[in-house]
Amino acid sequence: MLEINNLHCKIEGRSILKGVNLKVNKGEIHAIMGPNGSGKSTLANVISGHEDYEVTKGNLYFKSNEINELSASERAHEGIFMSFQYPVEIPGLTVTNFIKTAINETRKAKGLDEMSSREMLKKIREKSSLLDIDSKFLSRSLNEGFSGGEKKRNEIFQMAMLEPELAVLDETDSGLDIDALKIVANGVIKYSNDDNAVVVITHYQRLLDYIVPDFVHVILDGKVIKSGDKSLAKKIEDQGYDWLKKEKK
Amino acid sequence: MDFKEKLLDSHLAFEQDVDLLHPIHKYRKEALKRFEEGGFPSKRDELWKYTSLASITQKDYHLSPTTDSNIELKDIKKYSLNDIDSFKLVFIDGVFSPFLSKTTHDGMDICVLSAAISKSKYKKTIKKYFSKIVPEDDNLSSLNTSYTKEGAYIFIPKGIEPEDPIQILHFATGNQNSIWLQPRNLIITESNSNVQIIERHQSLNDHKVVTNSVTEIYAENNSFIDYYKIQNDLLSSTLIDNTFISQEKDSNVSVHTFSFGGNLTRNNLRFYHKGSNISSTLKGLTILESKQHVDHNTLVNHAKPNCESHQDYKGIFSDSSIGVFNGRIIVEKEAQKTNAFQQNNNILITDKSKVNTKPQLEIFADDVKCSHGCTVGQLDKQALFYLNSRGIPEKEARALLTYGFANNVLESVKIPNLNKKIKKLIASKLGVNLGFDL
Repeated sequence: MLEINNLHCKIEGRSILKGVNLKVNKGEIHAIMGPNGSGKSTLANVISGHEDYEVTKGNLYFKSNEINELSASERAHEGIFMSFQYPVEIPGLTVTNFIKTAINETRKAKGLDEMSSREMLKKIREKSSLLDIDSKFLSRSLNEGFSGGEKKRNEIFQMAMLEPELAVLDETDSGLDIDALKIVANGVIKYSNDDNAVVVITHYQRLLDYIVPDFVHVILDGKVIKSGDKSLAKKIEDQGYDWLKKEKK
Repeated sequence: MDFKEKLLDSHLAFEQDVDLLHPIHKYRKEALKRFEEGGFPSKRDELWKYTSLASITQKDYHLSPTTDSNIELKDIKKYSLNDIDSFKLVFIDGVFSPFLSKTTHDGMDICVLSAAISKSKYKKTIKKYFSKIVPEDDNLSSLNTSYTKEGAYIFIPKGIEPEDPIQILHFATGNQNSIWLQPRNLIITESNSNVQIIERHQSLNDHKVVTNSVTEIYAENNSFIDYYKIQNDLLSSTLIDNTFISQEKDSNVSVHTFSFGGNLTRNNLRFYHKGSNISSTLKGLTILESKQHVDHNTLVNHAKPNCESHQDYKGIFSDSSIGVFNGRIIVEKEAQKTNAFQQNNNILITDKSKVNTKPQLEIFADDVKCSHGCTVGQLDKQALFYLNSRGIPEKEARALLTYGFANNVLESVKIPNLNKKIKKLIASKLGVNLGFDL
């Protein structure tokens, strides 16, 4: 579904990714781990099409099509979703109106009619209850004054509503207490099926106890330096990244 | 003859139409003298640094325009809040239209100033309130005072709470080109009363109109006033709105100013505190395009302890439009425990648009909480990316963010119909086709 070949990228003239290779198939859950500043979040932003990140070399393929030149919204229409590490506060725009616009813009791009209000409401109810989201919360301004946990739950709620084919979760677990973590993880598990794929970017093994990955990759200094199964995450939790750094040398 | 001279000369003719023995005539004469000495403000005046009236005052205007008496309800209906049978004061080219208005003297007075001036039973009230808080150094207000004749007169007695908002609607028919209007409104809310008022100035065609309006508002103890100014006039019109508010203890006054239209609009909005535990709210939303110019000049004079004021002005500027915000807060020595907040945020959509923002705090008390701040910027890039990443394309995302920025001001608009109407206005101003119901 997603194929990244020898991806190099710069931001403000600084090289961050230095030849990333990654292949994600339908039905798979991948975890990407790595210390701070290794390029994890950059990878998420590049997949989503953030304009500040300049791809200098290599290719991104989604469902066998090259997507290097697609804008962020076009990638979203194709089925790529990113859960933000720091969701942006947008005063004056309610969660409900935001999600309605997002869904209908995506439908419009696909040549579909707008979703009926009834259908929309039903879907909102279903997905919000799944994530234990209060209906009052939906009429609040997007992320404004939300706690860390509320912001992350809201991200997963958006994912559940938009039903992307590929979900990239950037540090969705950071700042969450264990109860919030379980709710968020449960949302991801419910969403995950044989037709979609999840890429979880995280510092910690903790989230991976709930969202069990099929593959674990470690990014160090802008490159995937090691891939393995879930035991790799466990080993990192126990031993940190130093052994990998040494191995690399 | 220049226009200032015409104003001075024409006063003799104006005097033939008014009662020279009425106590307020003394105010007219004194005010005319002040205007004669001071003339129109120029950019040399500190309070007019960023707004020039030269191009306006160098032209000639009709002072008592001939009106088109054929205006019907259907012509003005869309400028009125709703069809409900609420109190309305409608003025056509400065002349009151009993036919289009709904007044009352039953339990409260919602009528015209000319009636309040002429009838002896209002003499005491007029004497007590008229021109008591209009600053003498404000020449345009003096000019208005000197020509005081007509406007809204609203008197809400103790404990009365009118159910529906009262609308003050001024229309210019453009029957003649280039007219100069000077409505004068006097509003008094006695203790424990509660009223909502909507004011609007509207031209019905694109002939030149200049309105130099003065509104005096007296909020007595524990009274509540919600005042809404809708400024969405045609590009041929100029509005100088001078609003002076005197608040007694425990009173609560909010003024929302929605500035979307007009060629040049200047809002002089001043609050004077006369008692403790007062709350004053000033909110503004300005959305401009082409060469429009809107200047908000505010003053909150904290003179008594334990009062609060809250100012929040937002502006969105495209094309070559210009915004000015000059907000002054004065906290006098006696005004301990003052809580004053002021914020002015602006978005410049184009390179040619411009904002001059100047917050001013003058604090003479030592135990106060005051804050002010202003921003001038573009839309937040990360917020744009956030929306893009959810499938909302660039153009729609920009519109949605701008809408969100503006929409925030509406949270405190308490009249549901008005809220809806303004949301629609905002959407149309921003060219947003929102994917959701307003």
